[in-house]
Amino acid sequence: MSLLTTPRRTALRVQVPAGRARRLHVSTRVDLRVAALVSVVVVLALVIATWTMTLGEFPVPFADVLTTSLGRGDGTYDFVVRTLRLPRTLAAIGVGVALATSGAIFQALVRNPLVAPDIIGVNAGASLAAVFVIVSGGTSALIPVAALFGALGTTAGVYGLTWRKGISGNRLVLVGIGVNAVLAALTTLLIVRYPIEQVSSAVLWLTGTLYARSWEHVAGIAIGLAVLVPAALALMPQLRALQLGDDIARALGSRAEPARTGLLVAGAALAGSAVAVAGPVGFVALMTPHIARMLAGPLTGGVLMLAGALGALLVLASDLIAQHAFSPISLPVGVVTAAVGAPYFLYLLYRSNRRLV
Amino acid sequence: MNTRGRLHAAAGLRPALPLDGGCTCSRSAGGVGRGSTTGATWRPALMSGIQATAHRGASAPGLDRAPGTTTPLRGLTGRSLGLLGATIGLGIVVLASLRVGSVPLDTGTAIAAFTAFDGSNEHLIVRSLRLPRTLIGLGVGAALAVAGGVMQAVTRNALASPTILGINAGASFAIVTAVFVLGVVTPSMYVWFAFAGALATAVVVYLLGAVGPDGPSPVKLALAGAVVTALLGSWISAILVFNQRTLDEVRFWLAGSLAGRDLGVFWQVSPFLIAGLIASLALGRQLNTISLGEDVAAALGQRAALVRGVCAVVVVGLAGASVAAAGPIGFIGLAVPHVVRTLVGADYRWILAYSAVLGPVMLLASDILGRIVARPSEIQVGIVTAIVGAPFLIHLVRRRKLSAV
Repeated sequence: MSLLTTPRRTALRVQVPAGRARRLHVSTRVDLRVAALVSVVVVLALVIATWTMTLGEFPVPFADVLTTSLGRGDGTYDFVVRTLRLPRTLAAIGVGVALATSGAIFQALVRNPLVAPDIIGVNAGASLAAVFVIVSGGTSALIPVAALFGALGTTAGVYGLTWRKGISGNRLVLVGIGVNAVLAALTTLLIVRYPIEQVSSAVLWLTGTLYARSWEHVAGIAIGLAVLVPAALALMPQLRALQLGDDIARALGSRAEPARTGLLVAGAALAGSAVAVAGPVGFVALMTPHIARMLAGPLTGGVLMLAGALGALLVLASDLIAQHAFSPISLPVGVVTAAVGAPYFLYLLYRSNRRLV
Repeated sequence: MNTRGRLHAAAGLRPALPLDGGCTCSRSAGGVGRGSTTGATWRPALMSGIQATAHRGASAPGLDRAPGTTTPLRGLTGRSLGLLGATIGLGIVVLASLRVGSVPLDTGTAIAAFTAFDGSNEHLIVRSLRLPRTLIGLGVGAALAVAGGVMQAVTRNALASPTILGINAGASFAIVTAVFVLGVVTPSMYVWFAFAGALATAVVVYLLGAVGPDGPSPVKLALAGAVVTALLGSWISAILVFNQRTLDEVRFWLAGSLAGRDLGVFWQVSPFLIAGLIASLALGRQLNTISLGEDVAAALGQRAALVRGVCAVVVVGLAGASVAAAGPIGFIGLAVPHVVRTLVGADYRWILAYSAVLGPVMLLASDILGRIVARPSEIQVGIVTAIVGAPFLIHLVRRRKLSAV
């Protein structure tokens, strides 16, 4: 039986005994199949990452890439690997994980498979702020900051506009679409009004690019992930309860509003930090959760991690292709993510449609 | 089905993304109990809300509304008078569109340009600049609004608009390629490329969405549309990033605008617009039935696949022609049917009729606003529509009680 067929039920129960404070009781179930998938994807991602780092104007042998990244190299490749390529690769991984996790959270929260942070305004807010900085000639160090604040500000705005004695998924999406349209229109206004030279670099940023990412970017996304991914995983049980509908969730003892707010904030902050690092890389947040669900079933903590791993794999593979497939031309990674992910997604769609016979 | 599957089905979920829009639970082996949930497949949230209303036998679904509430315009008289009022409003807006601009004109001059043309500057402005603009705005506004209404009926999803079939993306990609490869520059040359791109993309999306035993269900179509849009978007970005000349040409078209088009563009697309409008108004009854959900529609004897196919053709014709003429204008197809639904309820014959009148009102009003606000230059109508339409939609969403899903 291949990994792609219906999930098996084998599971591994991990339980941490209560101890004195009963509230600290933590137990989780690990689905072995999902764990196996995650491992496979992680290994694949690492292989692709290392391979990417060996390629380029200064080819670096495979083993040297590994030793230099871990700090035990002999110094010849330090600049190339540690200053140029490693930050970019790590940024790619971080962006992939953040976007995929954010997309998975939003899709489960709103129970609509077509939702992604791009659609409900998070990316649009970040883009508007960043494009404004670019076309008005601000320093490039300001761009990630502007993008992050744009994303968070937009989420706060969407949340505030949706709040009406509580948040409803439908309303959130509609309000998000509205806000997205306004912000996208304002961005288009900037693109149309300013001279073409400044607009070109703005358009480049808008496609999503990992060019010249430095250790500051990596640090930023790493901090974001370190805080937000455990938070999202901790809220997974609440999310699964919410998927059954508010009434059932409350009957199951989950507090709907705080859980929803927490998940929303986590999802938006993840998307915001990804956009701050690499610009609005499209497609990853929308499709990776679908792919994860098709491989592993409905959303659990394990499937969330699988989605994150798949996101990292997708961005890494896209970056590899973007940098080296058409050399000497180097494409922006955002251009390639859709080209890489779409055919695979269509293949999965086709297979799962046929399986419904 | 294993226990997890059964639990999921009972709770309204399925183990994997169900890529059919219909409920397959009753067809699965053993007929897994649906419990008290209606439509036990995991559909986009809004669709299941509307399905639930239908199953409860409530009035025809629109935005979910508590039974017993009514719309402002009821009955044949009320609605007809409302339509008349809307048409009068349209006439006023058309007149304003002829009058307003960087050279403001009064009503007498505007009318005299047609009745007593004397070759003066003002008359020329009216006839060669503002008239094409107004006519295209009329046609495109009606087409987009009606296409949006049809899409929302067929997909039973209030978020639907012609964009989800990838039409805007296809047209944009065709234009960008034409400018990049062939150096095409004028809107009347753009038209055919845009139309061809829109058509080709819609066909591809439809075929992709039709894979599988259930044919093109709404969810599958929407997913296929999203994938193709993302793909084309990435190719467009590739070209625009690498070729500054193309970007400079195309960025104005991509903003969606009524300016710079002559009457030739209007005559080129008007057959499609007129045919599409007539066809969709004739489909009103079928849309009422199909918006009740597949099971109810089939029980009422409707052939859903055929109707969906015809609707797809109509939408592609309308939206493709609109994009070809005016570029991607995004908000009309989404917002206008919503607004109309709050006025006249959920009868699609009236919704489409009102959309055909109020769509141009919204589009032309946005165009006028764009001309006023940034005098002597102007803001493209695609930008204004979004900035004006979105807050209105948000207000609408906040005012209405959407049922918790």
